[in-house]
Amino acid sequence: MERVVERVAVTGAEAVANAMRQIEPDVVAAYPITPQTPIVEYFARFVADGVVRTEMIPVESEHSAMSAVVGAAAAGARAMTATSANGLALMHEIVYIAASYRLPIVMPVVNRALSGPINIHCDHSDAMAERDSGWIQLFAETNQEAYDFTILAVRLAEHPDVRLPVMVNLDGFILSHGVEPVEFYPDDLVKKFVGELKPMYPLLDTEHPVTWGPLDLYDYYFEHKRQQIEAMENVKKVFPEIAREFEETFGRRYWFVEPYKLDDAEHVMVALGSTNSTIKYVIDELREEGHKVGALKIWMFRPFPKEQLQELLNGRKSVIVLDRAVSFGAEAPLYEAVKSSLYEVAARPSLGSYVYGLGGRDIKPEHIRKAFEDAINGNLIADEQRYLGLRE
Amino acid sequence: MPVNIKQLAQEFDKKEIGITQGHRLCPGCGAPITVKFVMMIARHLGYEPVVGLATGCLEVSTTIYPYTAWSVPYIHNAFENVAATMSGVETAYRALKNKGKIPEDKKYAFIAFGGDGGTYDIGLQSLSGKIERGHKVLYVLYDNEGYMNTGNQRSSSTPPGSDTTTAPVGKKLPGKVQLKKNIVEIVAAHENVYAATAALSEPMDFFAKVEKALNFDGPSFLAVFSPCVRFWRVNDDKTVEISKLAVETKYWPLYEVERGVYRVTRKPRQFKPVEEFLKAQGRFRRLLSRPDAKEIIDELQEYVDRRWERLLALEEVTKDKPIR
Repeated sequence: MERVVERVAVTGAEAVANAMRQIEPDVVAAYPITPQTPIVEYFARFVADGVVRTEMIPVESEHSAMSAVVGAAAAGARAMTATSANGLALMHEIVYIAASYRLPIVMPVVNRALSGPINIHCDHSDAMAERDSGWIQLFAETNQEAYDFTILAVRLAEHPDVRLPVMVNLDGFILSHGVEPVEFYPDDLVKKFVGELKPMYPLLDTEHPVTWGPLDLYDYYFEHKRQQIEAMENVKKVFPEIAREFEETFGRRYWFVEPYKLDDAEHVMVALGSTNSTIKYVIDELREEGHKVGALKIWMFRPFPKEQLQELLNGRKSVIVLDRAVSFGAEAPLYEAVKSSLYEVAARPSLGSYVYGLGGRDIKPEHIRKAFEDAINGNLIADEQRYLGLRE
Repeated sequence: MPVNIKQLAQEFDKKEIGITQGHRLCPGCGAPITVKFVMMIARHLGYEPVVGLATGCLEVSTTIYPYTAWSVPYIHNAFENVAATMSGVETAYRALKNKGKIPEDKKYAFIAFGGDGGTYDIGLQSLSGKIERGHKVLYVLYDNEGYMNTGNQRSSSTPPGSDTTTAPVGKKLPGKVQLKKNIVEIVAAHENVYAATAALSEPMDFFAKVEKALNFDGPSFLAVFSPCVRFWRVNDDKTVEISKLAVETKYWPLYEVERGVYRVTRKPRQFKPVEEFLKAQGRFRRLLSRPDAKEIIDELQEYVDRRWERLLALEEVTKDKPIR
C-alpha cells in the first residue's frame, strides 16, 4: 500500500470523526454535548450516507452511551463513543465498569470544564476526574495528534496484554473547533493498521456462555484489581511496540512524552494538550535570548510515564508544571504526579506549580514567559500554587 | 400458537434452560420462577437466550463469583442501565450480522431482567430510551414492590400502607402514602411496544405472553408480579397464593397492550375485596391496626375498581385499532 497522505485543513472534531470513519467500528453510541457534538454529527453523517457500516445508537444520555458501548463491546463488537465534561461525569460509574471488564473501548474526550457554574470551554477537570478509573489517557497537542491517537488507541486498547479502554483527550474548542492542517492517511492503510478485533469471551458466542460482571466479594475482588493494575503496567511495554509500528506505517513517531529542545535545557516546562504549542513558541523566543529552556510534553497521562520523567528531568535546574485543572485542598494533578516522580531522582530540580486556563481562560505567551522567568530568576517555591492569567 | 404443555415439560426436564439449580435466592422467591418461565418458553421456541441483569436480588444471588447459576451468556453492568446495556448487545448483534460475522440462521433472544427499583425508578430513563429506539429486547420486570435487595425500602412501585424502612408505618404517617406507579401504561405510551402483565399463579397466560413478546417485531415488556416472602412477611409456600389473590382482587389485572390495542387476558367472574390481599401479608399488619386503615383500604379499593373499569373501556375502544 502506498503511503499517499491527504493534507487538509480541518477542525479537531472532523479529524477525529474521520479517524472513526476509517476505523469503522461496529457500534457507536453517543449523545451530543458541547464541544464534542460535531464529532457525533460528522459521524452520523457518515452513517446516514452509508460511508460506514457502523450501527449507531443515538442514546438518550451519556450514561446510556457508555452502558450501550459496554454491552456492545462485551457482545464482541468494536465499539466507540465520545463525550465532554458533564457527559463524562454522567458516565462516571460506567467508565469504571468498562475498565474493570477489560473492554477495549476507544473514547475521544473533548476536554471541557466540569461545572459549576456551567461553563462550556476548555480545561482538564473532566479528564482528571476520571484519572483513577482504569482508562489509558492520551492527550493531544494538535488536531494531527487527535487524529493519530484515535487510530493508535484502537491497537493499544485491543492488545491482548492490555485490554483496557482508552480516552483520547483533545482540548475543547481550541482543537475541536480550531482548524489546522491534518494529514489523513489512506483508508486502506488505516484499516490494515487497526486490523480485525479479536473478541474475548463474547456474549454472542452462545456455545461458550460466560457470566460478565458477577458479584465479586472480598474473596476475589482484590485479586481482580491486581490484574487490572498489571494490565495498566503492560501498557508501558506494549505502547512502544505499537508506536513503532505506527511510525513505520504512517511516518509519525509517538512516545510517552515529547521532549522539546531538552538536551541542554536547564529549565523545563511540563504540560498537557494544546498549550504545548504556545510553550514551544515561547521557548523559541527565550532560546534566541540565550536562555537554556525546554519542554516535556506529556502524551500519556495514564499510565503515568514516571521512568521517562525521572530520566529526562533528573539534574535540571528547575521544572515548571502547568495544570489546566485543580485538586481542591491538594496540589494540582499533573504537578502532584511530576513532583512525586522527581522525589526519587538523584539531583532534584526546584519545582513550580502553575494553574492556568480554567473554564477556557486564554493562556498567552506572556503568561508562559512569566513562569519561565520565575524559574530563570530562581524564584520557584515548590509549596506555592501560582496562577497564570488570573485577576487577583 | 398456544404452548404445548407436554413439550414444555420435556424442556423443563432438561434443566438446561439457562438458569440452573444452585442459586442463592430465598425459597419462595418469585424472581427465579419468573426467569424459569421466560427461559423455558424461549428455549421451547428455539431461541438462544442472551441475558442482561440489573443490579438486584436476582443478580447478587445468581452470580456470586466464582460461581454462576447461568448457563447462557449473561451480563450485569449496573443498577440503572440494563436496558441501555442490552441495547448495545442487540445492536452489536445487528452490526456483526450485517458484516457476516454471525450465522444468519441463529435465533437470538435478548432478554433483560430488572426489579422494580431498576425499572420504575433509577432505570426508567434507560428503559424508555431502549423502547423508543426500538431495540428488539424483551424486558422482564420482576415486581416485588420495593427495594428488597437492600432490605425493604420503598420504591415507586410500593403500594400505600406497605411497611418499609424508608416509608415506615409510624405514629404520624401510615407508611407510604402514594399509590403505585403504573409502569405498564408508561411503557405502553411509547406506542411501538408490546407490554403485558403476568402472574405466577397464571402460567398459561404467562407463557402465551412470553411467546408473544419474543415473537413481537420490536421492543417488548413483561411486568411480572413477583412476591418477596422475606419482606412481605408471607410463608415461602404462599408465593402462588398471593399472586392469585393479587389477580382476584383486581390489584394486579392481567392484560396486554400491543401497539396501543388493549386486551384484558383474564376476567374473573367474581372479585374479592382488595383487603383480602392486604390481610394475607405481614407488610400491611401495622397499617391494618391503625385507626385510619379503612381510609387507605377504601382508597386502594376505589383505585383498583376504577382502573379495572378503565381497562375494560380501553379494550373496547382500541379493539383492532393499533396506534402504529
